[in-house]
Amino acid sequence: MGTEFTTIYWRDMLRFVRFRALLFSSLVQPALWMAFFGIAMTSSFDRFAALYPVPAGAVAVPYLTFMAAGVMALTTLFTSLFGGISLLFDKLWGLLREILASPAPRSHVLFGISLSGMTKSFIQVIIIMLFGLLIGVKFFTGLTILQAAVAVAGILLFVGVFSLGFLFLSSTISLLMESPEGLQAVITLLSLPLFFVSNALYPAESFPPFLQAATAANPLTYLVNGIRYFAIGPDFYALGNHYMYTAGDVVLSFLALVLFALVMFAIALRTFSRAVVS
Amino acid sequence: MDGPVIEVANLTHSFKDTVAVNGISFSVKPGEIFSFLGPNGAGKSTTINVLTTLLALQQGTVRVAGHDVASDPEEVRRAIGIVFQEETLDRDLTVWEILEFHGRLYSMPHAERRNRIDEMIRLVELELKRDVLVKHLSGGMKRRLEIARGLMTRPKVLFLDEPTLGLDPQSRIHVWDYIRQVNREGTTIFLTTHYMDEADSLSDRISIIDHGRIIASGTSYELKNALGQDIIYIETADDVKTTTVLRTFSEVKDIRPAFRGLSVIITTDGTKCLPAILDRLKAEGIEVMSANLKKPTLDDVFVHFTGREIRG
Ligand SMILES: Nc1ncnc2c1ncn2[C@@H]1O[C@H](COP(=O)(O)OP(=O)(O)OP(=O)(O)O)[C@@H](O)[C@H]1O
Ligand SMILES: [Mg+2]
Repeated sequence: MGTEFTTIYWRDMLRFVRFRALLFSSLVQPALWMAFFGIAMTSSFDRFAALYPVPAGAVAVPYLTFMAAGVMALTTLFTSLFGGISLLFDKLWGLLREILASPAPRSHVLFGISLSGMTKSFIQVIIIMLFGLLIGVKFFTGLTILQAAVAVAGILLFVGVFSLGFLFLSSTISLLMESPEGLQAVITLLSLPLFFVSNALYPAESFPPFLQAATAANPLTYLVNGIRYFAIGPDFYALGNHYMYTAGDVVLSFLALVLFALVMFAIALRTFSRAVVS
Repeated sequence: MDGPVIEVANLTHSFKDTVAVNGISFSVKPGEIFSFLGPNGAGKSTTINVLTTLLALQQGTVRVAGHDVASDPEEVRRAIGIVFQEETLDRDLTVWEILEFHGRLYSMPHAERRNRIDEMIRLVELELKRDVLVKHLSGGMKRRLEIARGLMTRPKVLFLDEPTLGLDPQSRIHVWDYIRQVNREGTTIFLTTHYMDEADSLSDRISIIDHGRIIASGTSYELKNALGQDIIYIETADDVKTTTVLRTFSEVKDIRPAFRGLSVIITTDGTKCLPAILDRLKAEGIEVMSANLKKPTLDDVFVHFTGREIRG
């Protein structure tokens, strides 16, 4: 096993920090989303939540906290769906030829690009957590430092596998597309249903059955489950719903994401090994 | 390796309804500098793309450095280096980073890589641009950087697709020197070019390719000799009549219109033949303005085989 993927990773990160505007917007955007959307929605949602009494002794979670987990998941989704674009640009600028003609294995190229996308998601998720805590998100309440560290590691594990899955998907689309506009169109088409048919910003429990089935097939659901479990806890009330995650649920959610990432990797590798220079 | 380092048999490659390469066969011996000379669209880059595994083999067999491009592309990639015809540089990296990236892509060990990068930067005289972004380099500097990159891994076979495109005359001569130098150190070179002087000065052997077919092959000397002994440029008052008269000479192999007048390929020593020709034309009453004798050049060979001046 060589280390060529670190080379691809290195170059992609170099470009990330070099494009100042892109770097800046990717760091500030999630915080802005939290600030405006979160605070605006919280004041109205929390009024509804007051209508549903919570049993004595149970944890009631304010909407801001509930949605912070969702914003982390959505930010990861969007960043990862676009992450493959560097492969598209490499293809369009002809840079992919240097890589394709080199002995670096195709799997390493995919992996290197995706690892750099994953790093970007990590950075964004950490910013949201920090900024969220700053504006009053109740994450990790009652945890010791060590427990909180484990929870953060758990969140990053979920975010990592999820983002790799979507980065592989994004790479596949990029390899098949001829222009950034084409990629943009496909991604917009993909991201909207993923976004809405999920439990990221509102409970999915009250969806009609067919939408619930769609929610169960949506990787975003499993990511949100994982994040909520680690950030908020295994048992809480939000928006009048009772949320309970057993350790088994969390492991299953994680395995679902692993399966998703593996399938996406296989598809991306297959597409890539057939790629030729045009 | 004793056998040929590149072996191509009956290679055909098509794009939709365009047959870009049409059943070519050739081989290149280890240590050679081999050139493909041909007009635009002849199929040179397509051939290189197949040989470097960038295009999938459609028809024929191709072996590079002992490995089959269809069944063993990874081994082929390990053995080759390429300088592409079109710019293939990340504009947002520095000169040093471009070379570092390339060396790492080829798994060059750290110390060797760093030394080689310094050596390459010196070789192509980009010392002052070492930490400058590619987008701030001039066109010729970018080309030199690409050449440095192609040379840095010391591949068994180096493919150069019009390497001196866009270089000033001095840089071209320098690049020829680098090419000769890596070649002396054991790298086999496959070169494509439009420049006759380049092919002539660098190549051990040349193939002329047109419309996807190889139409002539040999050393520069052989190609010129195949054409004829000498060429006479003659300018007369009546080219048509002159042509008719000249056709009666058994020494005359070919007559073509030249820039002004005619270019006449002859198979014997021109210094003997020319006076006889002039006498005949005078006897026929054709006025001769000028006559000029020279040895065939590669340009003449090219025009002879492709039927035209280089399509630039
Ligand atoms: N990707 C492609 N799709 C369709 N046709 C192509 C493609 N690449 C090359 N061709 C066609 O194949 C033929 C050979 O092209 P090629 O690039 O091999 O020529 P070349 O000898 O390198 O020419 P030049 O000196 O201009 O670089 C041309 O007719 C060209 O139009
Ligand atoms: Mg070409």
